[in-house]
Amino acid sequence: MEYDVIIFGAGVTGSAVARYLTRYQAKVLVLERESDVCEGTSKANSAIVHAGYDAAKGSLMAKYNVRGSEMMEDLSRELDFSYDRCGSLVVCLSEEDRPRLQALYENGAANGVRDLRIVEREELLEMEPNISDNAVAALWAPTGAIVCPFELTIALAENAAVNGAEFRFNTKVEKVEALPDGGFAVATDQGSFTSRAVVNAAGVYADVFHNQVSDRKIHITPRKGEYLLLDHTAYGHVTHTIFQLPGKFGKGVLVTPTVHKNILVGPTANDIDDPEGVNTTAAGLAEVMEKSALAVKNVPTRQTITSFAGLRAHEDGHEFVIGEVPEHPGFFDCAGIESPGLSSAPAIGEAVSDMVAARLDLSKNEAFVGERKGILKASELSISERNALIEKEPAYGQIICRCESVSEGEILDAIRRPLGATTLDGVKRRVRAGMGRCQAGFCSPRVMEILARELGKDLSEITKKGPDSPIIVGIVKDSIE
Amino acid sequence: MEKVNIVIVGGGPAGLAAASAAYDAGERSILILERDSMLGGILNQCIHNGFGLHTFKEELTGPEYAKRYEDQVAARGIACRLNTMVMDISPDKVVTAMNREDGMFTIQAGAVVLAMGCRERSRGALNIPGYRPAGIYSAGTAQRLVNIEGYMPGREVVILGSGDIGLIMARRMTLEGAKVKVVAELMPYSGGLKRNIVQCLDDFGIPLKLSHTVVDIQGKDRVTGVTIAEVDSTNKPIPGTEEFYSCDTLLLSCGLLPENELSRQAGVEISNVTNGPVVNESLETSIPGVFAAGNVLHVHDLVDYVSEEAAAAGRNAAAYVRGDLVEDRSHEIRLEFTGGPRYTVPATLDPAKMGDSVTIRFRVGSVMKNRFVDLYLDDERVIHRRRQVMAPGEMEELVLKKAMFEKHGETKRISIRVEEV
Repeated sequence: MEYDVIIFGAGVTGSAVARYLTRYQAKVLVLERESDVCEGTSKANSAIVHAGYDAAKGSLMAKYNVRGSEMMEDLSRELDFSYDRCGSLVVCLSEEDRPRLQALYENGAANGVRDLRIVEREELLEMEPNISDNAVAALWAPTGAIVCPFELTIALAENAAVNGAEFRFNTKVEKVEALPDGGFAVATDQGSFTSRAVVNAAGVYADVFHNQVSDRKIHITPRKGEYLLLDHTAYGHVTHTIFQLPGKFGKGVLVTPTVHKNILVGPTANDIDDPEGVNTTAAGLAEVMEKSALAVKNVPTRQTITSFAGLRAHEDGHEFVIGEVPEHPGFFDCAGIESPGLSSAPAIGEAVSDMVAARLDLSKNEAFVGERKGILKASELSISERNALIEKEPAYGQIICRCESVSEGEILDAIRRPLGATTLDGVKRRVRAGMGRCQAGFCSPRVMEILARELGKDLSEITKKGPDSPIIVGIVKDSIE
Repeated sequence: MEKVNIVIVGGGPAGLAAASAAYDAGERSILILERDSMLGGILNQCIHNGFGLHTFKEELTGPEYAKRYEDQVAARGIACRLNTMVMDISPDKVVTAMNREDGMFTIQAGAVVLAMGCRERSRGALNIPGYRPAGIYSAGTAQRLVNIEGYMPGREVVILGSGDIGLIMARRMTLEGAKVKVVAELMPYSGGLKRNIVQCLDDFGIPLKLSHTVVDIQGKDRVTGVTIAEVDSTNKPIPGTEEFYSCDTLLLSCGLLPENELSRQAGVEISNVTNGPVVNESLETSIPGVFAAGNVLHVHDLVDYVSEEAAAAGRNAAAYVRGDLVEDRSHEIRLEFTGGPRYTVPATLDPAKMGDSVTIRFRVGSVMKNRFVDLYLDDERVIHRRRQVMAPGEMEELVLKKAMFEKHGETKRISIRVEEV
C-alpha cells in the first residue's frame, strides 16, 4: 500500500482528521478536487461555534458539537486562528413560544452545555439594544462563539502538512474500491492511489463514495444557504450571535458579528440538486434581508459588501454519518456534516483519527508538533513593534489591501508558508486582502503581481481559484489580425 | 514629532493642484503623501484623451494632464513621499502614515488637504445574484489591467452601468480586440457624459439598454454569461424580459464612492448625499484646518474642475496656516435648494470670508429639460440661467461673486431654485 490513510476532501473535517491523524505514525494523503483547502461547505457558512443546545440529545451531532465547542478555544491558541467567545442568544418572539424556549434550554442542559440561562426581555435589551420589540426572552449561551472558518481550516491543514501529511490539490476522486485482501484503491483524474484506510470527508459528494463501497446507502442533498456580509461600519449592531427561536413568526436567520468585525446575516435553507450550485438568488437575498428583521431591528443591510451562498451536506436522516462501514473495515465516513459541522470539526477529527489508528494499529508520533504560528497580523502590533518588523522586513511597510490594511509582508507569508496561497482567493482567505469594502477592486492587480513574482509565473497564469478561473485571457490586441 | 504646515493626503490631480496652489500662495512647508509608486493617481490609467479642455484649451490624455501638474510640483520643489499609506488622521491633525523606508511615522500637520479620491462600487454592494466566478471586474480594475499591465481581462464583454469609466472601457476593450455586447443601465438615463455615449458607444455600434440590469451571473469558475432584464419604475426586474448574453466578462461601472475612511476617523462630518465631507466656502470641513477637494469631496465628471477646486483648497489651507482664514464660523449660511439639486458643494457660505467668487457645484437627481436655474440672495435673484437639459451625469455649476453680496447688502438666505421654463 502506498499510504496508510487517504482522506477525501480538504475541508474543515478532512483537514481536522488529517491533523489529528498526524499524532500517529502514518503516511497520510489528502485528496482535494479544488486548488486549495476550504473550498466547499467549509468556506461559506455561518462561522459559528455552536454551544450545543440545539442538536437532539443522544445524537452524534450533540456529542461532537459539545466536545468540539469545548476544544475550540484551546485549539485556537495552539493553532493561532481567530476565535471569539461572544456568546449566543436564541430569541423568543412570542409568549406562546415560551415552551419551545424552555425545551431548548432543557435539551441543552441534557447535552451537557455549560452555563445556559434564560434571560428576560429587560436583561436581553441591555445585552442587545437593537433586539426586536417582539422579543420576550432568550436562551443565553455564553459558550457560543464565532470563528474564522478559513483560518481554522487552513491552520488544521497546515499543521497536518508540517507534521507529514501530504496534500494533493486539483485532484478529483472518481472511484474508491475495496481491494479483495483489504485496503482500498482510489482512482482520481490524476492517477490511482492505494491505502490501508480511507476517510470520506467529501462534503456534498460524501454519499457518492460511501455508496461505492457500502450497500447501506446514504443520500445527501445540497442545502443552499445564502448570506449577506456587512461592512465594518455595521459592526456593533449586535454583539452576540442572535438566533431566532422558530415559532409564531416562522424560522428566521441569524445575525452575528464575525471575528473580523463585520456583521453576517443568513442563511436561507433551500434544497437543490446541483452540488456546485453556490449561486446566490434574488429571492434568497431578499429573504435574508426580510428575515433579518425578525429578531433584530434595523439591520443595516444597505451596508452589504458581498453576498454568498454555501451548501450544507444534508443527509436524509439529519444526522452525522461518522464511523466505519461494516462491510469494509478501514473505510471511515465523515458524511452528512452539516451544521453544527464546523463546531464539531475538531471533535470529529480527534475521534475519527483515533478510530483509524485503532483499526490500523498505528503507534504514536513522538515528533508531532501540535503548535502552529499563524500569519502575523501587522495591524495588531504596536507602532514600535511594527517599526521593528518593517526594519527587518520592509514589505510589512507596504500596504496592498487598503480596505483591510493588509501589507505585502503578510501576503508574502501567506504564499510562502506550507500549503501557501496560489490564487487570489487563496490570498484573500489567508490574509483578507480583497475581503473588504471595495472587494478587491484596488488590490487584485497588485496581489496578482506578487503571486506571479513569488510563484515564478506570468501575470496571465494567476487565477482566481484554480486552473479554470483565469483572470487574464491574453495580451492587448492579440486577437486583432 | 515631525511638523509640516500642509499635509496633502493623495498625489492625484486634486493633491497636486492643491500643493502647487498652496506653494504659490506663499507656503513652503508642504508634503504630499501618495500611496502609489507614482504621482498622478487614477489619471495614469486614463490613456484616452479629452482631459484639459477647460484648463489648457487642448485635448490631453490622462497621463499628459497629470504630467503638467507633476511638473509644477517638481518645479516648486514640493516634497512627496510615494508608496506611503496614510493610516490615520486625528482630529488635532496628527497624520500617521507608513512606508517601507520610514516604517510607521507621525506628522503634526498645521493644515490637512484631503485628496484621497474615490473608489468604484463593487458587485457585492450592488447585490447582483448569481455565481462568483473570475471575470467580474470593476471598470477601473479592467482599465488598469489593459492600460497599465497590457493584458486582456476578457474577450466577450457585458457592461453594467453607464458611468464614464464603463463607457470609456467599452471603447477601449473594443479597440483592443474584445467584443462588447451591450451596456445595461439601471436608470432611465445614462450616468455618464453625453460625449462619452456618442464617442464610446454610438461610434462603435454598442447598444445601450436603459432601465436594464443584470439579474444573474452564470459560470462557476469563469463567467460564461449574464442575464439582463428590464426594470420597472421602482428598479425591480420585470419578469419575462430576461435576456441571456453569453460572455466571459462582466464589467461594472455603477457609481463611484468618495473614499472617506480617513476623514471619518478624523471625525469630519460626512454628507450622506455626496458621501464626501460637508465643506464651507473655503472647502474647509467640519474640522478647522482640514480641507477637502476633488473626488473625495464629491465625484466629478471632469478633472479640470477637480484641479480648479483643489487649487482653491490649497490656497485656503495656506491662508489657514498663515492665520488669514477667520476661525469664526458662526456666520456661515447653509445653501438651500429646491426643484432638482441633490446637494451643493460648498454646503455653507460666509460672504465675509469668500474671495472674489465662489463656484457652487451641484447635481440634479433626474433628467430635466428646459429649466431656469436661479440663485437668490434672500428674495433678490442674482443669477438667472436657462438650461436646455440637466442630467445626474453632468455636474452643474454657478459662480457666485462677492460683488453680488456687496450690492445686495446683508444676506440671511442663499437659495438655488430650479424651475420649469
